[in-house]
Amino acid sequence: MSPEFSDQTKKKIEEVLSRYPRKEAAILPLLHLTQREFGCISNEEEKIVAEILGIKPIKVREVVSFYTMLNPKPVGKYHIQVCSNLSCFLMEAEELIDYLKEKLGIEPGETTPDKKFTLTTVECLGACDQAPSMMINFDYYGHLDKKKIDELLDKLK
Amino acid sequence: MEEKLLTRHFDLKNLYKIEVYLKEVGYQAVKRALKEMKPEEILEEVKNANLRGRGGAGFPAGVKWGFVPQDVDKPKYLCVNADEGEPGTFKDRYIMSHNPHLMIEGIIITCFCVGIHTAFIYIRGEYEAIALRLEQAISEAYKKGFLGKNILETGFDLDVFVHRGAGAYICGEETGLLESLEGKRGHPRLKPPFPASIGLFQCPTVINNVETISNIPQIILNGAEWFLKKGLPKDGGTRIFGVSGVVKNPGIYELPLGTNLKDIIFKYAGGMKEGKKLKAVFPGGMSAPILKADEINIKMDFDSLVEAESMLGSAAIIVIDEETSMLDVLKVVTRFYSHESCGQCTPCRIGNSWINKIIKRIAAGGGKRGDIDNIIRLASNMMGKTLCPLGDAAAMPILSITKKFRKEIESYTAN
Repeated sequence: MSPEFSDQTKKKIEEVLSRYPRKEAAILPLLHLTQREFGCISNEEEKIVAEILGIKPIKVREVVSFYTMLNPKPVGKYHIQVCSNLSCFLMEAEELIDYLKEKLGIEPGETTPDKKFTLTTVECLGACDQAPSMMINFDYYGHLDKKKIDELLDKLK
Repeated sequence: MEEKLLTRHFDLKNLYKIEVYLKEVGYQAVKRALKEMKPEEILEEVKNANLRGRGGAGFPAGVKWGFVPQDVDKPKYLCVNADEGEPGTFKDRYIMSHNPHLMIEGIIITCFCVGIHTAFIYIRGEYEAIALRLEQAISEAYKKGFLGKNILETGFDLDVFVHRGAGAYICGEETGLLESLEGKRGHPRLKPPFPASIGLFQCPTVINNVETISNIPQIILNGAEWFLKKGLPKDGGTRIFGVSGVVKNPGIYELPLGTNLKDIIFKYAGGMKEGKKLKAVFPGGMSAPILKADEINIKMDFDSLVEAESMLGSAAIIVIDEETSMLDVLKVVTRFYSHESCGQCTPCRIGNSWINKIIKRIAAGGGKRGDIDNIIRLASNMMGKTLCPLGDAAAMPILSITKKFRKEIESYTAN
């Protein structure tokens, strides 16, 4: 059975569709909503979005595969995205990435067996003044060091 | 202390709420523009102010607006470029999170001037919290009658929507942005036609950066002449410089265009971190050709940096210290561009990934004679040979680093 949106999301989808003169333009907002609701955009979700927009599922796949924030596979409850671009690199981001790998026991791109954490290295997050920085789901954290990472991760249940 | 214009009110608590903004600043510029000025007068003022684009290219905003044909029976659109993806750049995040109503005022005036009734703010996907804040600010502006139908009873209608990207550097390129907003992969378009005539949904479109748009209200309130005096004759106003890297006080510094780079690093940003020595600086985002430590006694404006064979770009200053290996810098730079190339143009798609492979091989100890010349050849083959500026943006740091730090890079390939 294909997954179904909550009533609240259905309402939001209607509102989003009304913003654009062409339906397809609503694809990114729709994919954000889909990912929020179902955790990822796999084949099933692609089909649902395609149906709403009246396009072929392959058209949705084309878009999903282009944008790094859209996950074709499920991620952990907490998605840790560490910036590895220049300003963060200059502030020892690599050491932090190594520390996270060791602490979580996974490589970038992997999820812990308990599905709690996914670790990803990403390009510039636009928080260079707070380097080294990372995101946990949609929250930004900056001026990181090992101690701060310990404190942050300990708080996550 | 230099006079701040755009960031002047940033310290005010809850400035992002319309009650605070109305009390302290007030939508005065919108009132003046819509009630007392004709669109032609606004255009003239913005043209005279020599407000150059703050996203990176530095194209004069007024001239861009002037390219939009007035006698078409299609809708016209404004896209505010809030994709802010150039490494080292974080100024627009500050404007949008601290003072969203300033930008909204700029949007209203721009749309009134050009005859636009729908505006989209294309914001990078990672800035979710800021997107929510913008939506809140927009809804407040609707409630107060600054957006929607018959704004301030002038008969002018305008709707503004926030559109979130989803993680693609190339969507900061204006035509990549348009494709993305239309619901496609962010593949840049061949120009011409330019977006001013054929843009979003094949309609005339203005695309301006957040900081550019946010400058409009003060130009309306104080006039072009005043604005020019705050910057340079060919380059009006201030610039929000974002300093990051190995400095004591990274952050944003709003200063007049033409401020010396050395002063920005050593005076405003507090100089190098304890015990670190300056080695090199990217003066305008990571795409700008690099400057060596002895080349930073330079004015930060579009023309001075072109003269120094670099560019002001997004005015993002990335400071690199002596202990950092330039090979490592190249590794980060080339990894980024090979990841972000959209893949349409062969020189960029193949060139970037090839150069990145060579750099990684050198870093792993497998450097060979001829590697550097090969990198230079591949990078030169990207310059000016791609649909959009990403090819150049990648080639410029690579070529400047291999030129200015050739000996150091060579030392890694020696064995």
